Amino acid sequence: MDEQKENRGRYNVLSDVIARLRMEKDLAEPELAGQKPPAGLSEQERQKWEKQADQEAYRWLVEQHKPKAPVKRNLLLAFLVGGTICAAGQVIMNYFQGAGLGAKEAAAATSLVMVFLGAFLTGLGVYDSIGKVGGAGSIVPITGFANSIVSSAMEFKREGYVYGLGARLFTVAGPVLVYGFIVSVLIGLVTFYFSSGS
Amino acid sequence: MLQAAKKLGKQTFKFDNPPVIVSYASIVGPMEGQGPFGKEFDYVLEDDLFGEKTWEKAESKMLRETLKLAVQKASTSPAEVDFLLAGDLLNQIVTSNFAARALGIPFLGLYGACSTMAEALALGAMLVDGGFAERVVLGTSSHHNTSERQFRYPTEQGVQRPLWAQWTVTGAGAVLLAREGKGPAVTRATVGKVLDLGVKDANDMGSAMAPAAADSLLCYFQDTGEEPEDYDLIVTGDLGSLGLKVARELLVRGGLAVGENFTDCGVLVYYPEQDVHAGGSGCGCSAVMLCGPILKRMEAGNYRRILLVGTGALMSPLTVQQGESIPALAHVVAIEKKGEG
Repeated sequence: MDEQKENRGRYNVLSDVIARLRMEKDLAEPELAGQKPPAGLSEQERQKWEKQADQEAYRWLVEQHKPKAPVKRNLLLAFLVGGTICAAGQVIMNYFQGAGLGAKEAAAATSLVMVFLGAFLTGLGVYDSIGKVGGAGSIVPITGFANSIVSSAMEFKREGYVYGLGARLFTVAGPVLVYGFIVSVLIGLVTFYFSSGS
Repeated sequence: MLQAAKKLGKQTFKFDNPPVIVSYASIVGPMEGQGPFGKEFDYVLEDDLFGEKTWEKAESKMLRETLKLAVQKASTSPAEVDFLLAGDLLNQIVTSNFAARALGIPFLGLYGACSTMAEALALGAMLVDGGFAERVVLGTSSHHNTSERQFRYPTEQGVQRPLWAQWTVTGAGAVLLAREGKGPAVTRATVGKVLDLGVKDANDMGSAMAPAAADSLLCYFQDTGEEPEDYDLIVTGDLGSLGLKVARELLVRGGLAVGENFTDCGVLVYYPEQDVHAGGSGCGCSAVMLCGPILKRMEAGNYRRILLVGTGALMSPLTVQQGESIPALAHVVAIEKKGEG
C-alpha cells in the first residue's frame, strides 16, 4: 500500500480510478451500495472478492457507453431474409411436387437445391453479405449450413486437400452435426420406446 | 531505490540523444485506401492478395516491401542497417520472420499484439540512444483476412458482428530510426504493464484495452510532469470508438482531462460509412496511421509534438475459448519535431 501512496502525485493511478468507479456505481445503484466482503474470508478470498468488485465496476462503466444493437431492425431483417429463403424453398418444393415427386422425395430434392444455392452464393462471395444483413435469418436455414461448410473449404484449401480442406471442413459446422446426431439418436430411442410400448 | 540514468519516474524513459525518424513508409489494402487518409499512404494494394497465392504470403510481402521502402527513402541499403525490429499478429510472428528472411538485416522479432509498433519504436530508440545501433528499421503489419481466419471465422462465412467489434486493418508501416538526420525524433517512451479488468468478449477489445491505455497515459504524465495540452495529438492505437470513450472516462476520473487532441487510429482510419462498426484494429492500424498521415503532418508542420499510445489485446483464440479474460498492454511513445521554437 505504501508503494501506491508514494506514486500518488498530480494524477491518480488506475487503482484509484477504479476505486472511484466503485463509489460511483454504489451511488448509482443504491440497492447494491456499500457491499462489504463477507466476514470470515481468507486473505486470498478477500482479494478475489475485491477483484470481482473492480471488474463489476468497470463493466458498469463500459455498459454505459456500449452502443445499443438495433434489435427491432435486426429482428425485421432476420425475418425478411429468413422468410425469403424459406419462401424460395417452398416454391422449389411445390415445383418438384408439381413435377410428380412424392412429399419425401420433393423435400429431399429441395434440400439439395437449397444447399447448392447456399454453396454457390458463398463461392460468389455474396452469402457473407447476406449474413451481415440477415443475421440468424440466413444462418438457421439449410443454406447457412452450406455456407459454413463451403466457407471453411474455401478458407483452408490453401493448406492442402488433406490437412487443410479435409481436416477443417467442419470447423464451424461440426458442432451442429455432432449435437444434431446425438439429439436424433435420443429422439429415435424415445420414439422406439413409445411405439414398442403401444 | 536506485534509478537508472535514463529513467524518469516509474515507467518512463528519456532519450538523451533522441533518435530521428529519418524516413517512413506505409502500404495499405484496398479498403484502407478508400478511407479518409487513402491518398496519404505510399501504396494502396489493388486486391488483398498482392499478387500472391495466400493471404499470409501477401501480408509478409506487404511488410517486406514497406520495410524496403523505408530503407530506400532514407537513401541507404539494408546492409547499412544494424537492426530490424518487426512484429505482427500471426502465430509465431511468421509475417515478420519471413520478411526478415528476405532482408538480411539482424532481426529481433516482437510480439505485443496491436501495441507492437509502439513497442518497436521504444526499443528501437533505446538501441540507437544506447549506442548499440546507428540505424534501426522497424515495422509491423496486419491483414484483415489472415487475422480473421486465425482469430475468428472463415472470411466467407455469413456472420453478424456486434456494433463494438472492430475491423482488422490490412496494412504495414515502417520507420527508419537513425542517430542523426532530419526529421522528428523519439524523445520519450513509457513501457506499460499488462492489465486485465475482466473483459472476456473477444469482440470487445476496445474495452479490454482501455484501462491499459489510461494507465500508461496517467503514468506518462505523472512521470514527465507534462500536461496533455503540451501535445498536438495524443493518439491511441486501436481502441475503437467504444474503447476511446471508455479510456477518456477513465482518464477524466484519474484527473487527466484530455481534450479534442485525444483520438484513436482505429477511429480515424475508416469512414463511418465503411460500416466497420467500432473502427480499425491490428498491428497495422497504428503503424499505417503513424507512417502515413501523422508523420506527414509532422513533416508539414501541422503537428509538433505527438504521443502514440500503442494498445494491444494479448489473448489467443484458445484462451478465449477456455474462458480467460483478455489481458491488455499499452506503450506510450513521444515523437517531437526538433528545431525552431
